[in-house]
Amino acid sequence: MTAVPRLLWAPAALGWLLVAIPVAGLVVRVDWPNFLGLVTTPSALAALRLSLETGLATMVLCLVLGGPLAVVLARSSLPGLPFIRSVVLLPLVLPPVVGGLTLLFLFGRTGPVGGWLDREFGVTIPFSTPAVVLAQTFVAMPFLVVSLEGALRTAGERYEAVAATLGASPITTLWRVTVPVVLPGLMSGSVLAFARALGEFGATITFAGSLEGTTRTLPLYIYLESESDLDGAVAMSLVLVVVAILVIVVSRTRDLR
Amino acid sequence: MSTRFRSALMAGAAAVLGLALTACGGSDAGSGQQAGGQAGAPARTLTVSAAASLTSVYQQLGTEFQNANPGTTVTFNFGGSDSLAQQVVQGAPADVLATASSRTMQTAVQAGKIQGEPVVYATNSLQIAVAPNNPKQITDLAAMARPGVISVVCAPAVPCGAAAEAAEKAAGVTLTPASEEQDVKGVLNRVQTGNADAGLVYVTDVRSAQGKVQGVDFPQASAQGAVQSYPIGVVTGSQNADLAQNWVNFVRGPEGTAALQQAGFVTK
Repeated sequence: MTAVPRLLWAPAALGWLLVAIPVAGLVVRVDWPNFLGLVTTPSALAALRLSLETGLATMVLCLVLGGPLAVVLARSSLPGLPFIRSVVLLPLVLPPVVGGLTLLFLFGRTGPVGGWLDREFGVTIPFSTPAVVLAQTFVAMPFLVVSLEGALRTAGERYEAVAATLGASPITTLWRVTVPVVLPGLMSGSVLAFARALGEFGATITFAGSLEGTTRTLPLYIYLESESDLDGAVAMSLVLVVVAILVIVVSRTRDLR
Repeated sequence: MSTRFRSALMAGAAAVLGLALTACGGSDAGSGQQAGGQAGAPARTLTVSAAASLTSVYQQLGTEFQNANPGTTVTFNFGGSDSLAQQVVQGAPADVLATASSRTMQTAVQAGKIQGEPVVYATNSLQIAVAPNNPKQITDLAAMARPGVISVVCAPAVPCGAAAEAAEKAAGVTLTPASEEQDVKGVLNRVQTGNADAGLVYVTDVRSAQGKVQGVDFPQASAQGAVQSYPIGVVTGSQNADLAQNWVNFVRGPEGTAALQQAGFVTK
């Protein structure tokens, strides 16, 4: 372990405090005597439940779509790969509200896809729980793709090449060699995608709307509560912080093992 | 194993940075907009905290006020009435507070943050916003509650939602909205983009959409609790109390009245 230059200590401490102090402030601001009552109102529980459900659905969708995407980005030699990658990463830099608007213009009742679904099948996507999952997947998928592609590149192709020379088919190689090797990256990517989905606000409120039990996830609930009942908003914020810490702990425990 | 996971986590950390940069979309809509000052007379800055629904009227009046008072710069802080009142109570620098409900103004009054009595200078009532030419033929609240009509309102916790609830109660109608929006512009947006068939918004919002939606009057819009009052007051401890009082008079004077009526407000 090399010595850390002294110069770095002060900014490092400031950076840490920048995150730690507001969170500590939240803990101080919580109306503790009424905390349990505030976080167990039917509306709060509905929001928490919806957030966890849509977060898990988002994680699965990210795995199903983002996993293969990461493999293609890391292993294939498609022409225009840099372009494809930059499109995948777009939601990382795009404001989520913009993401929500683009989804709305595509899947909204007057959009090309949404209009067609509405006419042909009578399916309306906005204002529904699938719309929440769609919005969350839009913003969360790059997190999984980035971690997984990084893991795939770090792992290299040696084992896969060996497996191929031993006669394994590409799909066998994928399941028996690639996936086990990058499993930690896959796990951390999924956890990050889940965490990002849990905190999603802008795309969801723009695209899916806000209705208790259907589209009002925890961040939307907190934002709405902050208009009328600040104590309730603060209490639920703390719940979200605790869930976030749990997520980090879960991913770190694997790391330390 | 551990190293690989760590590098994956590093990639993740890079992604988290992206999250930090982008995750705050949609929160701080329109704060601290400045309308430009003038050279010459001693420079003074008047800070007006005003409800978001006053944005266009106040911006126009701000320019007129600056022209009438050379050397004065009017800075606006537009936002939700609750947050604005909270900010004033917490001691945020503001000379004038203009909210979109008496209840929110009362928060500031009770904290001793308003000089004298705030005055109600305008009111705003609800209208049903529908697509141009009203394709679903929605003529009242009962029609809005018909099955097959996608309706959107404000959440009951925010002023426009409380007004909608009062109107529903007066009409004896219970709407089953597809979404309860955070603010009235959200409702307008749903109707404007064609994702909702009808939404309860204010007359001023229909007016601001400039023909992209049509407004339908309904009798319960004037029911108790459905009409929105617009109080204004000078903030206690303002460094520019005289200028702030001038602004209040200006808003209530001929220029203010004309601009407010033009936007769809009913002036008092």
